[in-house]
Amino acid sequence: MSKPSSSPSSKTGPSRRTFLQGGGLLLGFALFGASTKPVLAASTALPVDGDVTAAFSPDAYIRIGTDGAITLILPNIEMGQGTHTGEATLIAEELEVGLDQVKAVDAPPNDKLYATAALGGQATGGSTSMRATWEPLRKAGATARMMLVAAAAAEWSVPVTECVAKLGVVTHQPTGRQLAYGALADAAARQPVPSDVTLKDPKDFQLIGKSSRRLDTPGKVNGAVTYGIDIRVPDMKVATVAACPVFGGKLGDVDDKKARAIPGVRDIVKLDNAVAVIGDHFWAAKKGLEALDITWDEGANAKIGSANIMAALKAASERKKPIMARQEGDVEGRMKAAAKKIEATYELPFLAHAPMEPINCVVHVRADECEIWVGTQVPAIAQGVAAKVTGFPLEKVILHNQLIGGGFGRRLVAESVAQATAIAKQVSYPVKVIWTREEDIQHDLYRPAYYDRISAGLGADGLPTVWVDHVAGGSVLGNYIPSGWPEDKLDDDAVEGAAKPPYDLPVIQVDWVREDPPVPITWWRGVGPTHNVFVVESFMDELAHAAGKDPVEYRRALTKNQPRAAGVLELVAEKSGWSTPLAAGMGRGISLHDAFGSYMAAVLEISVSPAGEITLHRAVVAVDCGITINPNTVEAQIEGGLIFGLSAALYSGITFSDGRVDQSNFHDYRILRNNEAPKIEIYHVKSSESPGGIGETATVSAAPALANAIFSATGKRLRTLPFNRDELKGEGADKKSVSMVPPLAAPLAAALASIKPTDTELEKL
Amino acid sequence: MKRLGLLFLAAVVVVAAGVAIFLFKPASLPDVSEAQAKLPTGQALIDRGEYLTRAADCVACHTTAGGKPYAGGLAFKLPFGTIYSPNITADKDTGIGNWSDAEFVRALHQGIDKDGQNLYPAFSYAAYAQMTTEDALAIKAYLFSLPTIKAEAPKNELGFPFNQRYVMRFWNLLFVPSGPLQPDPAQTAEWNRGAYLVEAMAHCGECHTPRNLMFAVDNGKKFAGAELQGWKAYNISSDKKTGIGNWTDQQLFDYLSKGHAEGRGSATGSMGEAVDFSLRHLTPDDIKSIVTYVKSVPPQTSTDNAIVEAEPAALTASTAYAPSADGAAQDGLGLKLFQGACASCHGWNGEGIQTPYAALKGSRTVNDPDGTNLIQVILKGAHMTTPQGRQSMPAFANAYSDVEIAALSNYVLGHFGGKESAITPEDVATARKQ
Amino acid sequence: MIALNINGEDRTVDVPEDMPLLWVLRDVIGLTGTKFGCGIAQCGACTVQLDGRPVRSCVLPVASVGTRSITTIEAVGATPAGKKIQDAWLDLEVIQCGYCQSGQIMSASALLNRNPDPSDRDIDTAMSGNICRCGTYPRIRAAIKQAAKA
Repeated sequence: MSKPSSSPSSKTGPSRRTFLQGGGLLLGFALFGASTKPVLAASTALPVDGDVTAAFSPDAYIRIGTDGAITLILPNIEMGQGTHTGEATLIAEELEVGLDQVKAVDAPPNDKLYATAALGGQATGGSTSMRATWEPLRKAGATARMMLVAAAAAEWSVPVTECVAKLGVVTHQPTGRQLAYGALADAAARQPVPSDVTLKDPKDFQLIGKSSRRLDTPGKVNGAVTYGIDIRVPDMKVATVAACPVFGGKLGDVDDKKARAIPGVRDIVKLDNAVAVIGDHFWAAKKGLEALDITWDEGANAKIGSANIMAALKAASERKKPIMARQEGDVEGRMKAAAKKIEATYELPFLAHAPMEPINCVVHVRADECEIWVGTQVPAIAQGVAAKVTGFPLEKVILHNQLIGGGFGRRLVAESVAQATAIAKQVSYPVKVIWTREEDIQHDLYRPAYYDRISAGLGADGLPTVWVDHVAGGSVLGNYIPSGWPEDKLDDDAVEGAAKPPYDLPVIQVDWVREDPPVPITWWRGVGPTHNVFVVESFMDELAHAAGKDPVEYRRALTKNQPRAAGVLELVAEKSGWSTPLAAGMGRGISLHDAFGSYMAAVLEISVSPAGEITLHRAVVAVDCGITINPNTVEAQIEGGLIFGLSAALYSGITFSDGRVDQSNFHDYRILRNNEAPKIEIYHVKSSESPGGIGETATVSAAPALANAIFSATGKRLRTLPFNRDELKGEGADKKSVSMVPPLAAPLAAALASIKPTDTELEKL
Repeated sequence: MKRLGLLFLAAVVVVAAGVAIFLFKPASLPDVSEAQAKLPTGQALIDRGEYLTRAADCVACHTTAGGKPYAGGLAFKLPFGTIYSPNITADKDTGIGNWSDAEFVRALHQGIDKDGQNLYPAFSYAAYAQMTTEDALAIKAYLFSLPTIKAEAPKNELGFPFNQRYVMRFWNLLFVPSGPLQPDPAQTAEWNRGAYLVEAMAHCGECHTPRNLMFAVDNGKKFAGAELQGWKAYNISSDKKTGIGNWTDQQLFDYLSKGHAEGRGSATGSMGEAVDFSLRHLTPDDIKSIVTYVKSVPPQTSTDNAIVEAEPAALTASTAYAPSADGAAQDGLGLKLFQGACASCHGWNGEGIQTPYAALKGSRTVNDPDGTNLIQVILKGAHMTTPQGRQSMPAFANAYSDVEIAALSNYVLGHFGGKESAITPEDVATARKQ
Repeated sequence: MIALNINGEDRTVDVPEDMPLLWVLRDVIGLTGTKFGCGIAQCGACTVQLDGRPVRSCVLPVASVGTRSITTIEAVGATPAGKKIQDAWLDLEVIQCGYCQSGQIMSASALLNRNPDPSDRDIDTAMSGNICRCGTYPRIRAAIKQAAKA
């Protein structure tokens, strides 16, 4: 999207019309269905942002104009994870174009065309994008290429087999004649759609497997790109909003006398559970909001607190009948016969997503249509909620999806789109609703808290003969699906990462007690596995220590029939120097898992000070994510995912008092900073398996590797997240000064004053 | 012997009766008619009352954080229990809506409530006793002009004998002045105005003067500094080393009227509130009067070590964006935390980056090796309404450990104050409870 | 009216004195490259330069800018340090979601402005006030070092 204030109608209307005039064949592929054949798509208009004028539209993903412009319409949104580049790579590989020859745009909301079976709708999440599109997008590219080649062959009246496509040009090899894709676009559109598409042999890949430059980053170094929060449309005003601080509460009275007196405040809009102030700019709106005297009707949740939520989980875990996720072998018998029985309880907190871009949404509700600009992981759902709020039919809700400044699951829900639409509905002009960071932290949908009881029986060799994991927590799916989730049905997310650990555990029981919390919940980066793998991998370490075995050695013994798991385990052990001795106060912890179709082993090296403070020194990660589409992006996701997970393990936890969230901004919902991040090394296991997910994989590894490293450094097992560093304090540490400044004796001070670091010296010049 | 015994018994009875009368005799009401007659009426009276209510800083104690103004309920944790400030809006059920003028004046002058019960001197009536009756009535008129708020303050939590209110009568006899402050003809009008504002209105001594064993302000050590509710009220006598004797008039003026003075840091904690709620609303002339009076208070050398080091070597060698080499010599934790959460506003040279309100140089808080106020301000944050909008520091208590805050405090004291401090995690844990 | 010099251009704006520079840039001038992240100077997404020095524009009252010249992400590429930083950022593929990166780049180029060869400790000092939720910290460090050599 271009910079400020281009007219919305000129942006979408004409381009949509032009696109329709351009005509061409609209085809879609079911992304994850049994059918990978092109199917005729709905004949309705397919509005796509980004001035797509196409002569040739072989499918829902590719537009080729007569001027040679190639636009790829990508089903999954870009929120930093590199999906646009990855998906463009898949199409371009088979279409035989370079990444520098294409422009990537977001797909418009259209559940029929862009739904993935993995998520049951048009959505980006769960590290599914590359896995879900791996085949369909390559087929899309190949189909288009075949039609272009066929058009060229027809033009020259030569056999198709004599023609080769490369970098957007078809060449007739015997004669050297060439036609560019743009010149072929019209003719290609008239070619029959091939029914049988052959994909390249991986050894012939030109783009897949290379660290291609990302498509989305050049505009991110100079402020040129537009995120949802940056949208400006003519006559737009800016709003900020306060929802009832207690979930489920309602708006009572509002005295807005003082707010209306603030220069720049335009309107005050009341909703059922919130109030918004609209101003000429955010500052007026924010000052106006602060000046409101609001009385809330707090409702039934006004007394909830973290302690009673956790107590309810514990009680449910111990008393409620669980839903079985997996049960194999004689669990009870094995447990009785075990030489040693180990049990532990783990507790995990609610978590906020806190992406850097606060929640925002621009909405213009006109007499008969509604236009929305928002970055969302679920465009079709966002369109649907706006249609519901306005009462307009779906096609009257025009949604322009935007670049997202971090999602992590937060933008899988569209409740803020509904809220913004409800605000905009009350005024005639377009409104940009921006939440303050405080609103963002206190009105998130949280990763649920969990209370897990896990146990194992060990045989004479110290290895587990039986494994039992009782998970207790809310159902994310139940919170997500408007119609709810049956009480007696398993929500796979609750046990993902627990039900099938990558170990030889023939006798195993994993079950789940559902106990929905009184606050809204949703997915969070790493979903089920971030929760479950922490428990499984911490406990695996506990078993190793109970058996007197080295944690890597122990895992090695349990992965004899798990070649990919064993592969990453061996690689990480070697690269981390697992068996080399550590200095006092240092610790090394490992975690191993196979979440999202990828295998990952991580070793974290830390130190713990006598006062209990943790320093992260080095992380070594081995990954087998199948065929790697873009190794650099994979590494970036591992680095970032690991830091995201470490941040949460050390600092993050949402707590409640009197029905309210205790945290409010980055000073108390703390995020790991640059000077705390460890050095990270990443090693790939070469693989020809289909690509696995990578966006969340390393987040999963973080907390268990850290828990195990803490144990290695201190001998203390921390089973509650975030880790309470007070528990790591050495004896008497409370009474010792921390980081005492060395005495500044006069000569020393003078000496110090004369030795300035370069930074200081230069600044003074 | 027998007669002597009888005589003794008689004496005991007489004394006991006297004490009983003293303790339980219903308190009489002052005559306020003369003062009433002298007051303006209508908006002029309310305006005067508003100014004086601010000068007396009633809102600071009679409002909870985030609560409605003057609705009371703020907790005071004292060595002998917790008491709560009452609702002083004109609500008839839960506030003072039924109080007569005389009852209000009696409360301010004698610490006696509507029902004749003694109030506790957490309510600074020992200071307000020196207020003129007219000023007291103007304050009442203002409070009664505000919207009423229905809010019952929590019950006090005091053990015996402190829950026996009549005990206060002994205390009052000893420590409460009778009658308004009389001008000193030997001093200027400005000085006398300052004395009145400081003693009868702003009640500076309630925090800044140490208390004796009876918990009364010890005016023999006037303004020598004291500690209460986990914060230090620094020495504000004219002592050059431990007081404000070295402050220029302009620095005092700025600090009192804006909450910040160049080279002296910013007011936080209760002093920050005193500026925010009260002092910044006073006229420049009144602030000047306060400065004149405060500077005249004789020096009191206190034992407090919060002595400002003017040019600590480490600080002088730093720039706004980089610390001097001393930081490198230190254990990393405090420095690391400062890099992450503090330097963006405070900078490394003590001058503040976006606003001078974040300037730490010369502030006693970063020069006190005990770190008392420093720990509190890190835990609880600070707010100030300034000529350029609201300036805030967030409260870091929830996400930073005792160890971290101790390390950060030691670092800050070393870097910005040149102080060798030894703050422990236990100190921080104690501060959290206050 | 408040006079400002933004990216070399003189502007006057009619806004309240206490309005943070961030919102003047974004909502009044239309320079949206500078981002809102926290509003309390804890994340650094709003970093701009005043006379080449980094400031958090979310807590900087516009009236206190005075005569200092404002450089935002849109124009930092025109400065030698800014250009080196941008090139290194792209070369090492530092960026993920990118939302914090305007602020990271402004802080990093201000560091190079005053210190052409920063040590790890200098990088810690200059960059720890900028939060990145995507966790690009290791690459930010590497890119600053690469830019210093360029």
